[in-house]
Amino acid sequence: MKVAIIDYNAGNVQSVKFALERLGINGILTNDYKEILGADKVIFPGVGEANSTMIQLQKLGLDKVIPNLKQPVLGVCLGMQLMCSHSEENDTNCLNIIEQKVFRFQPTSKLVKVPHVGWNNISVKNNSWISKKNSEKYVYFVHSYFVEIGEFTIATTDYIQPFSAALKKDNFYATQFHPEKSGSVGEQILQNFLTTNL
Amino acid sequence: MLAKRIIPCLDIKNGRTVKGINFVDLRDAGDPVELGKLYSQQGADELVFLDITATINKRKTLSDLVKKIAKEINIPFTVGGGIRSVEDANILLQSGADKISINSAAVKKPNLINELAKNFGSQFVVVAIDAKLIDGEWKVHLNGGRIPTNLNLLEWARECEDRGAGEILFTSMNNDGTKKGFENNMLSKMSDQLSIPIIASGGAGAMEDFYDVFTDGKADAGLAASIFHFKEIEILDLKKYLKTKGITVRI
Repeated sequence: MKVAIIDYNAGNVQSVKFALERLGINGILTNDYKEILGADKVIFPGVGEANSTMIQLQKLGLDKVIPNLKQPVLGVCLGMQLMCSHSEENDTNCLNIIEQKVFRFQPTSKLVKVPHVGWNNISVKNNSWISKKNSEKYVYFVHSYFVEIGEFTIATTDYIQPFSAALKKDNFYATQFHPEKSGSVGEQILQNFLTTNL
Repeated sequence: MLAKRIIPCLDIKNGRTVKGINFVDLRDAGDPVELGKLYSQQGADELVFLDITATINKRKTLSDLVKKIAKEINIPFTVGGGIRSVEDANILLQSGADKISINSAAVKKPNLINELAKNFGSQFVVVAIDAKLIDGEWKVHLNGGRIPTNLNLLEWARECEDRGAGEILFTSMNNDGTKKGFENNMLSKMSDQLSIPIIASGGAGAMEDFYDVFTDGKADAGLAASIFHFKEIEILDLKKYLKTKGITVRI
């Protein structure tokens, strides 16, 4: 199986590659659209700021490539947010694959920290690629912005308010948390994505 | 609910862990990768690797080690020790580090925090602060606590946040090594004044100390070294204890 990891200077892409290696898969770090189009599975990672990252995708022409991919695509963290229609982070228009919006966490008291950093539990709504048996399991998050709950939300997490922990629409899969850093639970979720058939 | 984090800290010298000598179930207790893996299996939420090597070849050794850790470990880890520039940090990011921790370099060149946050995002930047209570005032110290400065702890911590730090790792030198508990007074004040997560370090000696640091100290994470290395406390036991006391932990 050929797995392309979209490499566009968006943070710790190595850890995604290493996580795949632990599952016996040699992922290819690439921003070459031909290589991405030819892959069986595509992972769209990302850590950073939405606006500059969108500009980077536009420079590489990937803003046109990603929404038209037909194979399973997994967006992680910022990758998930960029799959949505709009982000409040510097008023950024995103890839509009999934018609849900991204907002900033508004702390309700001084004791609530933003960013949301650490392990939090997910509540799985639909028995989708993140199976119900992972409900209430802990996964690792690092983010200041969140995707609102909507039609394509398949798992939620509560921090300040409930938000989308995972999405699924057609061949597009996404997690706000980092499966590559979420211990054995994360590994299993990655494995589910890798073994998924459209 | 967001869980409180338990973080073992491993001191690294020339690519090997120092202090990690009491592990009978490891083939090689000096190997940071093996020790990190064991902690991860025992339920550690994150790992901190602190490089205390002082040789010229340090950078290469450290990036090789980070790569090995990143290949093997499936939880987040932070690397610290001698990071002085964006370039130093980038090498570690490219090797697979999730976060870097800076200490003295940030005090000497505060703009480094801004540069790192701008280049890699705040989530990548942990600022470690060593401080000591002297004549009623908390003073920041440099070079592993050897050199006092005139910086006030809380003012410096706030400045770090303003400059883009993602987390603060505060070590109380008054508590460090005493095993009498964390510096909960100061930690609580810091937590009230800052909106980024605080990692508490220095003074852990018993399981109750972690309960206290998460309640009285309002800390987001508790870090310790020797109590874990010398197996005085097992991470899983600690988490079970915290859970029975009503603290949210990942088990």
